[in-house]
Amino acid sequence: MITETVIHKYLRPKKEFPHVWCAGCGIGIVLGSIIRAIDKLSIPKDDIVMVSGIGCTGRMPVYVDFNTLHTTHGRALTFATGIKHYKPRLKVIAVMGDGDGVAIGGNHFIHACRRNLNITTIIVNNFIYGMTGGQRSPTTPPGHVSTTSPFGSEAEPFDICDLAAAGGASFVARSTVYHSALLDRLVKKALTHDGFSVVEALSPCYTAYGRRNDFRNAVEMMADLRDRAVHIKKQDTSLPPLPDRKFYIGIYKDEDKPEFTAAYKRLMKRVREIDSPPGEEKEQ
Amino acid sequence: MTKARQKKTSPKSGDGRKADPMRLVSGNKMIAEGALAAGCRFFAGYPITPSSEIMEYLAQKMPRIGGKFIQMEDEIASMGAVIGASLAGAKAMTATSGPGFSLMQEHIGYAAMAEVPCVIANVMRSGPSTGLPTKTSQGDFMQARFGSHGDIPAIALVPESPIECFHLTVRAFNLAEEYRTPVVLLSDEVNAHMRENVPMKIELEAEIRERREPEVPPSWYKHYPEEVMVRDRPMAVFGEGYRFHVTGLTHDHEGFPSSKRDQIIDCHTHLVDKVRRNAHRIAAAEKYRMREAKIVIVAAGSAARSAKEAVKMLRNMRIKIGLFRPITMWPFPKKQLQEAVGRKAKAVLVVEQNFGQMAVIVRYYMPRRMPVVHLNQVDGELIEPEKIIAKVTELY
Ligand code: SF4
Repeated sequence: MITETVIHKYLRPKKEFPHVWCAGCGIGIVLGSIIRAIDKLSIPKDDIVMVSGIGCTGRMPVYVDFNTLHTTHGRALTFATGIKHYKPRLKVIAVMGDGDGVAIGGNHFIHACRRNLNITTIIVNNFIYGMTGGQRSPTTPPGHVSTTSPFGSEAEPFDICDLAAAGGASFVARSTVYHSALLDRLVKKALTHDGFSVVEALSPCYTAYGRRNDFRNAVEMMADLRDRAVHIKKQDTSLPPLPDRKFYIGIYKDEDKPEFTAAYKRLMKRVREIDSPPGEEKEQ
Repeated sequence: MTKARQKKTSPKSGDGRKADPMRLVSGNKMIAEGALAAGCRFFAGYPITPSSEIMEYLAQKMPRIGGKFIQMEDEIASMGAVIGASLAGAKAMTATSGPGFSLMQEHIGYAAMAEVPCVIANVMRSGPSTGLPTKTSQGDFMQARFGSHGDIPAIALVPESPIECFHLTVRAFNLAEEYRTPVVLLSDEVNAHMRENVPMKIELEAEIRERREPEVPPSWYKHYPEEVMVRDRPMAVFGEGYRFHVTGLTHDHEGFPSSKRDQIIDCHTHLVDKVRRNAHRIAAAEKYRMREAKIVIVAAGSAARSAKEAVKMLRNMRIKIGLFRPITMWPFPKKQLQEAVGRKAKAVLVVEQNFGQMAVIVRYYMPRRMPVVHLNQVDGELIEPEKIIAKVTELY
């Protein structure tokens, strides 16, 4: 299989396998999409920094042969911001989970959206805290059972794409791991986008979520993602609310907006022109 | 081995005696200037009194010299950005005060664990909690040591004056690079806003230490090499062909997570030992008029300024008293203290602007027979020399 060789090209030779993920987990598919998109775009491995937070998704970077940084819970984007701001030539990818990205990392997330640094953010949303054993997350649907909502969650969940778009992210899209070809395309588009991009990837977690909520296996969860997804069409100008827990997949938002590091570069030029002679140090 | 470059910031004054032109500068500004002199080219921060002037000054300067400045959404994020930038090759710093310093502890621990050089200037104000934002204290001595969860190799420097703010900031950057660890500068509100004479151009006290690039090809490179305890280890940065992994998890020499017992021991012991075993190189203190001192005052930072004044006045009255001033709070200069106090002293008086955080340490290093007396002031004002004099006369 062609895909296999592509993926092997990007796995770390020194890292011991097997990986930490359960059978039936969707995180590997998301990683596959990221790798395929990078390969299609032929971005050199040396130029890629993959940053993650804590959780099952947080373990993604250790397996891939890039510059990789496994940070603290919820804070991946803060590290990513420092890296990108200091060395704009690097391609910075942040991978986070739903609890990681929009609960503990919610504040960092909205501010990263607002600043619009050229960082590609992939949020693997499986509606649960997987690594810690199945506690509810800010995306757990109402009524769904978790170890910390044993009688069904009573709170309203976040819509991550709405949050990202409202925060000011300039590219926002969603797919599921069932729709992996679409996911490939969206990640690729996000990687070429000049500005802060968010791709939400809905993913099954049978171990910590599915089995407590009437799914019989991971395959059923995949079928559920397939059945509930509604494609956003090119001609759609607005997205009316959907019934029956259905959700949109496709590109939510794609707009041109001044990118932070480019704006900072212009600022440096401007201040240097104001005070001549110019500074002695070279820019990174 | 060290790729050090001597920065001449001042022309050699030829005929000696002529006084250097001076200027009045605050401690906060000196921290910012020290950072730039040390090669700091990345600053991320969040506004907080009484440290904000550091950030404001660098917001002005950084874009002018090709450095990067960013205001983050909170102090946790500031430290995250600083660590990220450092891993990308920057000499990076942040500045804050008590409440922000508490928020930073998560990432100070991370930087210690992942061995990322960076500098945190903590301009102490009165706490706990919001406390007295505009007033001084020395309440973070212990936070700088034990603020993080787990055992970290703490290095913290305590300046007593604006000019020392400059020199210790430079040293903080040097130590951060030398030991690949976060270094804390513990200034305080008095130092921050006090303006004192400093030379127009400040001569550096030490060479600037640059980050050592790895000498091996990428395939041989280990981000956490086996030879533990070595200082000044080479360190690759992101985007230069060395594709390494960094994590806050307990890791092996490659940086990959590990839960093997011997690797756990290696990882943690190395962290603590690199500073503990080199404490004699790092620890610094000033001895002030210690000759035949019967009473030894121990005070650091701005409190030491009052103590110096008190010593001067008392010596004029022929009272044999001296001051021992720790310049590094961590590692604590215990050997220097023990030598300074010796056998002749009758008592040690620890003067500090908290309820006795340093006194605990002094007590620990003093022989049991030696009385260690506390003199604390926690009203937000700098302790007055008169108060110290009164206490000394009581003890003498
Ligand atoms: S717990 Fe859930 S998210 Fe984590 S690896 Fe298992 S299936 Fe995947």
